[in-house]
Amino acid sequence: MQTHEKLKLVGLRKSFGEHEVCRGIDLTVAEGSMVCLIGASGSGKSTLLRCINLLEPIDSGQILLDGFDIADPEIDPLPLRRRIGMVFQSYNLFPHMTAIENVMLAPRRVHRRSRAELRDEITAMFERFGLKSHIGHYPDQLSGGQQQRVAIIRALAMKPEIMLFDEVTSALDPEMVGEVLDVVRQLKSQRMTMVLATHEMSFAREAADWVCFLDKGVIAEAGPPAQIFGNPKEARTREFLSRIL
Amino acid sequence: MTGALEKPKLQASGAVNPRRIREERIRRRGFAVASASTAAVVLALWILIPMAPGWSKVQASFFDWEVFAKTFPKLLSAFLVDIMIFAWSAPLIAVSGLAMALCRDVRSPALFPLKLFAIGYNDVFRGVPVMLVIYLFGFGIPGLGLPRPWNSPYIWGTLALVCTYAAYVAEIIRTGIESIHESQRSAAMSLGLTPSDIMRFVILPQAIRRVIPANMNILIALQKDVALLSVIGPVEILRQAGVEKSLAANFTPYVGASIIFLAVTIPATRYADRLIERQNRQRS
Ligand SMILES: Nc1ncnc2c1ncn2[C@@H]1O[C@H](COP(=O)(O)OP(=O)(O)OP(=O)(O)O)[C@@H](O)[C@H]1O
Ligand SMILES: [Mg+2]
Repeated sequence: MQTHEKLKLVGLRKSFGEHEVCRGIDLTVAEGSMVCLIGASGSGKSTLLRCINLLEPIDSGQILLDGFDIADPEIDPLPLRRRIGMVFQSYNLFPHMTAIENVMLAPRRVHRRSRAELRDEITAMFERFGLKSHIGHYPDQLSGGQQQRVAIIRALAMKPEIMLFDEVTSALDPEMVGEVLDVVRQLKSQRMTMVLATHEMSFAREAADWVCFLDKGVIAEAGPPAQIFGNPKEARTREFLSRIL
Repeated sequence: MTGALEKPKLQASGAVNPRRIREERIRRRGFAVASASTAAVVLALWILIPMAPGWSKVQASFFDWEVFAKTFPKLLSAFLVDIMIFAWSAPLIAVSGLAMALCRDVRSPALFPLKLFAIGYNDVFRGVPVMLVIYLFGFGIPGLGLPRPWNSPYIWGTLALVCTYAAYVAEIIRTGIESIHESQRSAAMSLGLTPSDIMRFVILPQAIRRVIPANMNILIALQKDVALLSVIGPVEILRQAGVEKSLAANFTPYVGASIIFLAVTIPATRYADRLIERQNRQRS
């Protein structure tokens, strides 16, 4: 099967002041595949994801979406961001809106679709992720796991071509991690293209198609999960894995 | 139904709970002590103040019941003018304060002049006493020789209040905007919302809610400062009290006016305090 290069990073560099956080990152994400970014705290996982979603301007390099460089500062980031969904560690739901309003806001404003038109479609998504009864609840009436699932629905409602997940289970109580990872598995089975920064090594090992180990702003080692977890070549990778496993 | 059977038992056990009884006793004792000490202080003042050498003179010129009864209704109707000025100033202040806050928050470099204007505006109107602004606007602008009705002190007095208070409200709203965590902006941006939609649907609704109590206090201050317009002409309560004072050669009308103000501001302050308290509770 011919795999399409959905997303490709070429020599991506990003610094905050003097501190260079991404020091030349090359990465290819095939359409329908799931790539996991692992690495120590501060290794630049979140920054990399934020750069891909154009939330942070990059210093140099390319971000190719379907072969088209979206990092070009001359082009409007808004329509491009809409093609990429992002879910954050701290959910970041809008606290003054109910779950369904959170989900509806962007399709209403960006795609100019009416509430009535959206309602059925979004209700079906809530149902699919086991949240039907919470559709009218405010974020502070939901558990962490429920909030995170609403955040995922919110991103999916924009029909993105790629989903970015930034440690979406790190803020959750252990018993809620599973329900959120199940949603990610469901998306994988639907061949959503995904990039995940994660500390859930067993999940990465089981579900990822490709694992990148980030160390001090570079991809120190990348490969299929069996290789990275079973037979890492780099000493840094071995050391990191032995520390956290 | 076991629930119905259990309930009275629970209440009964609550009533005989020795700890609850002790707490109740302590609470009652505290209340008694507070009442007694307050009564003692009031009594002492009641006895001591009239013993001051000038008391009879002060009593005659500030607390004359007859003058009070005669002037109070007129003061009340003059207070309607204050309420009127307040009623049309408050929404104007809200709108222009919000506009100023938004100007200050613009991030696009093309709109920088707007930001500069908002900063300058804020510095000027927060730096000059309200009274001075009222004098300058109230006497200065009609002094240009404007035709009726454009020389009305109501217009320029209102403008002076609106300009000054909008600066304070803008500052409060801006603090509210800045208090919204950056992650909310990130989430909204990642959805592809435009900057103005992010402000309108995500940031402002949260920010405004947070600054309602602070703005309540601004409204209370405004309510009092409306009386300052008396210096440029409108016969509102303070000016009416001045007129009555001259007619009666007695200061009691001022006391009457103060009572009217207190009747409005005390409940309003209590309400604002309650809002703040509730918000603090919610945030913790
Ligand atoms: N907005 C910013 N301004 C300045 N420095 C930043 C900013 N964002 C991130 N950094 C720095 O960049 C480095 C990488 O941060 P990043 O959040 O990308 O790491 P991470 O791999 O996601 O770590 P974690 O596992 O803790 O989430 C850190 O040293 C951090 O202090
Ligand atoms: Mg991170």
